[in-house]
Amino acid sequence: MPYLDHAATTPMRSEAIAAVTTAMAQLGNPSSLHGSGRHARRRVEESRERLAAALGARPSEVIFTSGGTEADNLAVKGIFWARRGADPTKRRIVASTVEHHAVLDALDWLAAHEGAEITWLEVDATGLVAPESLRRALGDDTALVTVMWANNEVGTLEPVRELAAIAREHGVPLHTDAVQAVGAVPVDFAASGADALTLTGHKLGGPPGVGALLLRRDVAVVPLLHGGGQERDVRSGTLDGPGAVGLALATDIAVAHQPDEAPRLAALRDRLVDGVRRIVPDVIVNGHPTRHLPGIAHLSFPGCEGDSLLMLLDARGIECSTGSACSAGVAQPSHVLLATGAEAACARSSLRFSLGHTSTDEDVDAVLDEIGPVVERARRAGLFV
Amino acid sequence: MKVLAAMSGGVDSAVAAARAVDAGYDVTGVHLALSAAPSTLRHGARGCCTVEDANDARRAADVLGIPFYVWDLAERFREDVIDDFVAEYAAGRTPNPCLRCNEKIKFAAVLDRALALGFDAVVTGHHARLEGGRLRRSVDAAKDQSYVLAVLTPGQLAGAMFPLGDSTKAQVRSEAADRGLAVAEKPDSHDICFIADGDTRGFLSRQLGATAGPIVDAVTGDTVGEHGGSFGFTVGQRRGLRLQRPAPGGEPRYVLSIQPKTNTVVVGPGELLDADEVTADRPLWTVSRPGDRFDCLVQLRAHGMVTPATVSVADGAVTARLHGTQRGVAAGQALVMYDGDTVLGSATIASARRATVRS
Repeated sequence: MPYLDHAATTPMRSEAIAAVTTAMAQLGNPSSLHGSGRHARRRVEESRERLAAALGARPSEVIFTSGGTEADNLAVKGIFWARRGADPTKRRIVASTVEHHAVLDALDWLAAHEGAEITWLEVDATGLVAPESLRRALGDDTALVTVMWANNEVGTLEPVRELAAIAREHGVPLHTDAVQAVGAVPVDFAASGADALTLTGHKLGGPPGVGALLLRRDVAVVPLLHGGGQERDVRSGTLDGPGAVGLALATDIAVAHQPDEAPRLAALRDRLVDGVRRIVPDVIVNGHPTRHLPGIAHLSFPGCEGDSLLMLLDARGIECSTGSACSAGVAQPSHVLLATGAEAACARSSLRFSLGHTSTDEDVDAVLDEIGPVVERARRAGLFV
Repeated sequence: MKVLAAMSGGVDSAVAAARAVDAGYDVTGVHLALSAAPSTLRHGARGCCTVEDANDARRAADVLGIPFYVWDLAERFREDVIDDFVAEYAAGRTPNPCLRCNEKIKFAAVLDRALALGFDAVVTGHHARLEGGRLRRSVDAAKDQSYVLAVLTPGQLAGAMFPLGDSTKAQVRSEAADRGLAVAEKPDSHDICFIADGDTRGFLSRQLGATAGPIVDAVTGDTVGEHGGSFGFTVGQRRGLRLQRPAPGGEPRYVLSIQPKTNTVVVGPGELLDADEVTADRPLWTVSRPGDRFDCLVQLRAHGMVTPATVSVADGAVTARLHGTQRGVAAGQALVMYDGDTVLGSATIASARRATVRS
């Protein structure tokens, strides 16, 4: 089954499945004081150290969460509340227009209910934020900057290091959602200059339901969850030992493989894009021509509805996406594509193929075998919408 | 044969899809998202367009083991059904949006797209029979939906499948339970799906604005009350008029007509609602047109009485001379013509009158 939707979720690595399974059989609340508790705590702390080492962070900078959405919310809301609490004039958040909904909707909520003011950093036609635009956007009232490391739809890599340096000059913390980046491109938390970084397990071969916020020790954050005071008092809740084990191991493996895996995926992706171009000459390749995730190809097929394409490919056993998954199942025109200046019709005619650690040449061949007739049929159907 | 099952999230369409699977078709389920901003949860028995309904449809498709997708038809639905509904009321008529939806959405936009994508037919959970291209009433008279399907042409019917026509609603529910479909006990949807709170008058006043105007007695010509907006009244309506002056004889008064140009609602005694001649335009034939003049049965509103009539067709209009009278015929509703329980066609009622003198 050609699975080309690794950006939605990627198969769990067998090593991670084994490690999680083993850990689930082991008793102990990491906060308990007896032997079982100490053993459980040890597994969590070793995982914390392993995760930190893989990502250029200090162990004390790792806050385990339930996943990317929680980490994004914790960073965006928590840092905003902490900064505004310390200085009520700091109520502005600077963010790119192409953030994931876990950031965008948190920002909308802060604007609607907490008096936050948002300054949007526009992107160019490739989805890229210009660092100079951040310089112009920063002011005395800025509480936080949030710009993703890699875009989940078109795959564009944002200049996080330059943005973080500019934010640092102004004494403003920067959060980056690196959910798609970790394991796909080199990510070094300390070297990036970011103050907070989101990652999640199921995008890199780890288990779903566990992620982390890397948070510098000098950045204050107001918790979303109150309770037992776990995780620096920032994220209460009984620690998910097996989740932490699986996340750390999968991250470690993905990061170790990244130097070999990235060129392999880039070659597959380029073959996919070149092949589709030959078969469908008017296809539009979205995103940045070079600064992109190695495994993502985001394509628009003029005259087709994305959901027709998806359905026709699905019927042929090829799994991809029209963009980021939506709870209602209704394909909305992508806010990312609209932000790059694409027409709504173009935004609705898109497919995202995303490759990952299990992708092969056969997967690409399958797409190239089917895409011609599928596009032709979807074009005919496109006339009726 | 590949078929597309339109799945609302209700029990009927789930069982219809299940029967198509049993019949050996290659079935794909599709939920039609008709609202641009669906509510998350369903409230009461109204509507079929919440995210919860989409999830119910998805669960049913999972149980049947068929692929499932959501198609966004909100824009088409607004243009072809909701805007038409509002415009019809603004013109003083009483539309039936379910007919429009079948004519323009389910068996046009959806069917055309399905055929283009390689499907051979669209399966729905309508209670009606389709045999040899002939559209017939359901065996369950109380649930029969042939009236709202009478706008379909032979070409549209050729691409339609109604697997429930031979069953009663009770049988469908019991079959759903036997199949382990969680929607077996889900309440029937009723009223108008895009007016989630069921308040048609409130919906129309938001769309059209509410301007107060007179309620005039047709017999005396006197103004007998005031209304808060002429739309939202239905011909034949008796309750909710809040008339200030009783009729001279004390008999009840009914809405006889709505005149949007003068923002007037005309009321009068019930016998003035009796009509024996109905004219209707935009005829659509489910079979080839029976002739210029023929006897048949006509039904003048959903779940309305059926009455024998002599129908003549000329210049794109239908005139039905009823053998007897019908009360409260509303412009904008469909006149549906039947031969026994077989649908011949439909037309949109333009006017109704009493052509013969009462004996």
